[in-house]
Amino acid sequence: MTDNYEARDVIDKETLSTVKSVGDTYKYGFSTDIETEYAPLGLNEDIVKLISKKNNEPKWMLDWRLKAFNRWKKLKQPDWALLKIPEIDFQDQYYYARPANMKEKPKSLDEVDPKLLETYSKLGIPLTEQKKLAGVIEDNSEDNSENRKVAVDAVFDSVSVGTTFKEELKSAGVIFCSISEAIKEYPDLVKKYLGSVVPISDNFFACLNAAVFSDGSFVYIPKGVRCPMELSTYFRINAENTGQFERTLIIADDNSYVSYLEGCTAPQRDESQLHAAVVELVILDESEIKYSTVQNWFPGDENGVGGIYNFVTKRADCRGRNSKVMWTQVETGSAITWKYPSCVLKGDNSSGEFYSIAITNNMQQADTGTKMIHLGKNTNSRIVSKGISAGKAQNTYRGLVQIGGRSQNSRNFTQCDSLLIGNKCGAHTVPYIEVNNSSARAEHEATTSKVDDDQLFYCMQRGIGEEDAVALIVNGFCKEVLQALPMEFAMEAQKLVAISLEGSVG
Amino acid sequence: MANMLNIDDLKVSLEEEEKQIIKGLSLSIKPGEVHAIMGPNGSGKSTLSSVLAGKDGYIIDSGTVNFDGSDLLETEVEERAALGIFMAFQYPIEIPGVGNMNFLRTALNSQRKTRGQEELNAADFLKLVRSIAKDLEISDEMMKRPVNVGASGGEKKRNEILQMCLLEPRFVILDETDSGLDVDAMKLVSKGVNNFSSSSRSFLVITHYQRLLNYIVPDFVHIMVDGRIVKTGDKTLALHVEETGYKDFLQLGKGKH
Repeated sequence: MTDNYEARDVIDKETLSTVKSVGDTYKYGFSTDIETEYAPLGLNEDIVKLISKKNNEPKWMLDWRLKAFNRWKKLKQPDWALLKIPEIDFQDQYYYARPANMKEKPKSLDEVDPKLLETYSKLGIPLTEQKKLAGVIEDNSEDNSENRKVAVDAVFDSVSVGTTFKEELKSAGVIFCSISEAIKEYPDLVKKYLGSVVPISDNFFACLNAAVFSDGSFVYIPKGVRCPMELSTYFRINAENTGQFERTLIIADDNSYVSYLEGCTAPQRDESQLHAAVVELVILDESEIKYSTVQNWFPGDENGVGGIYNFVTKRADCRGRNSKVMWTQVETGSAITWKYPSCVLKGDNSSGEFYSIAITNNMQQADTGTKMIHLGKNTNSRIVSKGISAGKAQNTYRGLVQIGGRSQNSRNFTQCDSLLIGNKCGAHTVPYIEVNNSSARAEHEATTSKVDDDQLFYCMQRGIGEEDAVALIVNGFCKEVLQALPMEFAMEAQKLVAISLEGSVG
Repeated sequence: MANMLNIDDLKVSLEEEEKQIIKGLSLSIKPGEVHAIMGPNGSGKSTLSSVLAGKDGYIIDSGTVNFDGSDLLETEVEERAALGIFMAFQYPIEIPGVGNMNFLRTALNSQRKTRGQEELNAADFLKLVRSIAKDLEISDEMMKRPVNVGASGGEKKRNEILQMCLLEPRFVILDETDSGLDVDAMKLVSKGVNNFSSSSRSFLVITHYQRLLNYIVPDFVHIMVDGRIVKTGDKTLALHVEETGYKDFLQLGKGKH
């Protein structure tokens, strides 16, 4: 038995014991009492200008936003997903909120409101590492693998509050900062790549984001650099009645590598809140990006009151030869999830992978999947989707595999498994496969199963309580995807799987 | 000596249809005893083991089941396990994606927790499992596999015995453990059971055939027909069944109507 194997075993065990201690409600449902400054209610050209001004943006950025806004006014909200979306009044939202004492952006963490830091520590974010900011890490033991470093950018409502390990990353040549900062500091890179993967008019929600995005993260990995640590962003919606529209742009230049983690939470509120993010990944020759998400926005209560409406556009552009992207997502939260992280495989021999766990319980709805667009020769894609549905929830996998006429010898493998718990929920699989090249090969496998009473009885006869048994079985079902996550995230994800399914049996 | 298990005039029906399966069964088992229940198909043997283990789907019409002073019928399945009741399944269940080691450790530590004992650490656990697996000729490779997935009938039954040895129950129900086993596998399984038996542990061996009882020798043999025990004897009763079949006893069952 290998050490790795034993290590995993320990995690599994810890997961089960931790789950017990976590309690049965949404753990991240607290709100932080911080004075918040809002832009006026509603959306018009003045609001767009205001957001741009608050961020001290150059004119080209404002022009870009206004172009998006004018385009957005002509677009209609899409209705093709298998989702019942209550009518959203886009004029009854705040498009900008920030902690009032952050009018001047903090120069260092010492200037950040301690209440904010407290919030992040409640969320388990290693922001204390920020104490070691400015690259001075006194207790930097050589190989401290137990305490692996993760650089964090945290976005609270609309504003980025701090990026850890900035200096250390800088010495490696890596740029990791808020996007608002990047617009000012690295305008050439931003101008070159922003909107180049997800154009402003791509879709209704992406277009809205382009007009009003307030902050987000920016990463540039220069040629030949393997990013020395994992990069991480935590998004948190705190203010009431506020939409969050963050924008992430990651560029992996030739021969580079980065692993990026994204986590999300929101307080528990009766009103639904809107989240429309855009993530753009640019991957050049011989480079690789791993992008992992654990999405745990407030899902609404058991009657479907409140919760986040999550409309997200994520796309990776594998422009370079032998470029590679891997999306891994664990979607446990949100009242509504509309999300299709996609891969455009332009470069020859490029590859895209998509690993997904989507859990819906109570009244949650998810319509999620991926798009694999094969354009270059010898491109490869792999899709592993695990949908789990409990309560009265509806869970849809929607995926497109498109192999273009010039994409010789390209391959896709899709595996789509659905697990049902109880008999009031639904699972749906909607694959679209378009192949325009006779040398291509696309495989699709799909299964639907139930957590069956015999499995539960077997576990319980061995002494495992019912909820632990469900968590164990579901984590087994999701194993292939959990293994694709970085270690710390895998642990968090396993806990989330268990928490999201509490009360789903018995 | 006090009884470990005491079943008194138990009557059990299926939940889904109004059909009584166990029709007034009484049985007492003392620590250290091995009891065998034999009977033709449909006599209620497996229902009895399911009810003792706490499976859903049955209605207790009347009667009591007492285990070491606890009212067993009012005890949750996992709590029964922690009290020391173990059932080796006739058809062990597959759990895809859940590694054997993880499953075993979760089960063991859940039981220890319920009993207020400290959890076993990873190193001690591995040492323990490996020594048991070795005795049962279960390979490391098999231990890494998901629970019962891709295992042969014999491997699954050995796995049940491994679970038994690890969890150290005081009362073991072997539910048709011999079904689907060749002679070699049966010897191996029986060896596991015999090594595990002690003066404080009791067994209820449910079987259709006599052959398992050559290896696991019972103190008492009960013949069950139509939901009742119609005859109790020693191990020679099993040999009698082997020769003449159940036809003599079928009459006894009917006689009680």
